[in-house]
Amino acid sequence: MDEPRSFHLPEREPAQNSAGIVFDKVEKHFGSLVALKNVSLEVGGGEFVALLGANGAGKTTLLRIAAHLMKPTSGSVTITGAMTSRSRESGNAKRFIGFVGHSTLLYDELSAEENLRLFAELYSLEDARERVANSLVACGLASRAGSLVRTFSRGMRQRMAIARALLHEPRLLLLDEPAAGLDRQGLGWFGSTLERLRNGGCTVVMSTHARNESLDLATRAVLLAGGRIERDSGRGGDPGVLLAELRSFQSAEA
Amino acid sequence: MTTARAATILLGKELQLEFRTRELLTTTVIFALVVVVLFSFAFEPTAAESRRYGPGLLWIAFLFAGSLMLNPSFAREQANETLDALRMAPIAPFAILLGKMLANFIFLAMAEAILVPVFAVLYNVSFSGVAGRLIFVLALGTFGLVITGTVFSAISAHARMRELLLPLLLLPILTPLLIASVEATASLLVDQPELDRTWVAFLAGFDIVFLTASWLMCDYLLEE
Repeated sequence: MDEPRSFHLPEREPAQNSAGIVFDKVEKHFGSLVALKNVSLEVGGGEFVALLGANGAGKTTLLRIAAHLMKPTSGSVTITGAMTSRSRESGNAKRFIGFVGHSTLLYDELSAEENLRLFAELYSLEDARERVANSLVACGLASRAGSLVRTFSRGMRQRMAIARALLHEPRLLLLDEPAAGLDRQGLGWFGSTLERLRNGGCTVVMSTHARNESLDLATRAVLLAGGRIERDSGRGGDPGVLLAELRSFQSAEA
Repeated sequence: MTTARAATILLGKELQLEFRTRELLTTTVIFALVVVVLFSFAFEPTAAESRRYGPGLLWIAFLFAGSLMLNPSFAREQANETLDALRMAPIAPFAILLGKMLANFIFLAMAEAILVPVFAVLYNVSFSGVAGRLIFVLALGTFGLVITGTVFSAISAHARMRELLLPLLLLPILTPLLIASVEATASLLVDQPELDRTWVAFLAGFDIVFLTASWLMCDYLLEE
């Protein structure tokens, strides 16, 4: 595997690069199970929100609703800012969203290059060939471009999953436990990638139930418990208190 | 991006995956051949009986082959939740369905291209002089089969017993299509073959109605 490098990021002003997301009284029920209860949260453009909470708190459900993969039972989700009037009219907010989920969202029987090329075509990316090549270099898999994804290790797949999510240069990045499977080098690469995205004005919402270095980049922390927002450091607030609690809780657990 | 363009990209992906793994085609062709051969051993039909019962046996073999082939169509998107990636792409949801329908049509047509000559030999039936009309009927019937089959494959993909569920959902719905396809095919095997326009119109209507319904309902079909 090659040394991973930095992703090419769009040359835009941070303000242009941002998209926000507003959850308004969102509820999600799965039969009798209530996964989200009256969640209202406004994430502004350029924020880096750490979504904290134990397993089953509702983090994944909230992110999947934000990614348009799930409809809320009630309430609404709106993508704000950084959209042209045309895209807003057509409701084509998907173009601005990048998502890394629990699975890789990649085809095992396609090569790394074929996977990225497929999504480059579906997103109608100009200079697709160059972007795919750059992404493969950035995630350190250029020398394995022709290898089937099923032959990759867990960490390599996760890098590919991140590369796929960043291929179309999203303005809102939704990350659900994205550090899973990454080794020390991978975590460092992921952290520096997130830092560059944040500095470029990309809005990031990242869920985790475990402490990792990239959480230090967060500008806001939101704690979910039992499907409700239990605490929120707020816009411009200090996420350090909540993150410190997470750290001490995990130290006690260990 | 237009729906047609997105469906073409996804069709390319389906063909690439299938020709790399050969999961669907190999098993389906072998299964359908076994059905046709077993029927021929079981009945040892005369030429007259073949003309009478042959179309029914042929379409039942297609139906079984189709239900076997269509099952993994959406199920294999579940391994890495790749359907989520497609649903998040800025394309019409119907393009996902259409890409799979076209791919399934090509796969089933390829299976039929192997099956029909074998059937003709085993059952001593001649399709000479009616080949063009037979291909037309096969295309209409097969398209109806893959439209409904792909839709029900999407519905049953999340079910625990999807291998059983798909045929249970699919076969009753396909009964009118089966009758029309058999009758239209049988009209080509008589002494004075003439395409039965009533059944052909029924097949075309079936295809249009189910394709329109799948277009209207695709948002709900692909939802979790």
